Amino acid sequence: MHRTRLTTKDIVYVALFAALTAALALFPPITLPMLGGVPISAQSMGPMLAGAILGARRGALSMLLVVALVAIGLPILSGGRGGLGVFMGPTAGFLFGWVLAAFVVGYLHERFWQGLNVVQSMLFTVAGGIVALYALGIPWAALNTGMSLTQMAVGSAVFIPGDLVKAGLTAIIAVTVKRAYPLIHPAH
Amino acid sequence: MTPVHRIPAGAKLLILAVAGTGLVAVDGWSWMAVALIMTLALYAVARQPRDRVMAQLRPLLWLLVPLFLAQGYMSSWPLAALTVLRITTLVLLAGLVTLTTRSEAMIEAIEKGLRPLARFGVDPAKVALAFSLALRFIPVIARQSADIRDAQRARGLGNNPLALALPLILRTLKMASDVADAIEARSCEDDGPEAAHSPASQHTSSRSRPSCIELDLPPKTSFTSPCSPR
Repeated sequence: MHRTRLTTKDIVYVALFAALTAALALFPPITLPMLGGVPISAQSMGPMLAGAILGARRGALSMLLVVALVAIGLPILSGGRGGLGVFMGPTAGFLFGWVLAAFVVGYLHERFWQGLNVVQSMLFTVAGGIVALYALGIPWAALNTGMSLTQMAVGSAVFIPGDLVKAGLTAIIAVTVKRAYPLIHPAH
Repeated sequence: MTPVHRIPAGAKLLILAVAGTGLVAVDGWSWMAVALIMTLALYAVARQPRDRVMAQLRPLLWLLVPLFLAQGYMSSWPLAALTVLRITTLVLLAGLVTLTTRSEAMIEAIEKGLRPLARFGVDPAKVALAFSLALRFIPVIARQSADIRDAQRARGLGNNPLALALPLILRTLKMASDVADAIEARSCEDDGPEAAHSPASQHTSSRSRPSCIELDLPPKTSFTSPCSPR
């Protein structure tokens, strides 16, 4: 990756997607009967969107800003959670995982930016926003609670259908935004 | 101001880190219960009402109760008690730091903590700008999404998440770009290639930087939805 300074515009976009992720917590969770009645919160679309629209570096930075906003005590996580207590709880790995998720989603989008279509975009979003996220979140939760990895993975599996829906939405949004307002400039 | 409130933010964060590490090493549930009682005593010293304690724990109940039962059945009850008590104590202790420290003091502590990273290209002024912009954007986005949702409901698109998300993202991206232009026009930070070569502009940029933080967003009229019913 090329090392350039962050411009004012970059900072504003980073702040925007951090704020967008925070605002996503305000949407009431939807419950789809066909997905077993598990509530789906819109918030984990934040890292997916940040990566797919801003790219690896700015996307990861915006999620880092979300982590910092939670750390200073803002109740911006879904269910009104926030503050340092979150970092001590079992779900902290998923919060840090957002940084990784946005980076992976962003990296893949940058890498295959030319001719990006919705199917590709969804695959990349799944790779970062589900695979990478769970790869960090599940072991963290297992360590925090003393449960086994398998138990945690089984427990987390109920969220995957909802995450797939969010990845699909993110892909449609990312490809539309790419056409209307492209913000990723791939290295040649 | 209680003694807990008076401890500087940075020191509180350090104490929390040390206490958090120490609590992970405790391996008897009765000792963990003592730690929990001490934490609750700190809440009393900080004059926190009792419902604040519950407010910290309520979002975790859906996890703590099944965790206790599952671990009790599958391993042992003392281990289940230890795990649940440890998470409760850690969450309450960290929550107390948050409850007794102002956000500004926390941001300041974070900036101070980042200062050694300046040589790796982390600019504390830019970090502060990102914080203040994000704080300013949250209510703006919330209001815009309410506007768009009203408009789409009037068109019968109330349940389509894309009908909300797409206009919201495109509109806020446009807003972000306008805000960036406004900041640059006030020349509180120059990033253009020409600025990098001109020592004069670098000089002025460092002097007028604080004005970035008092930034106002452009008037809201320019961003409200044309289809908004209001």
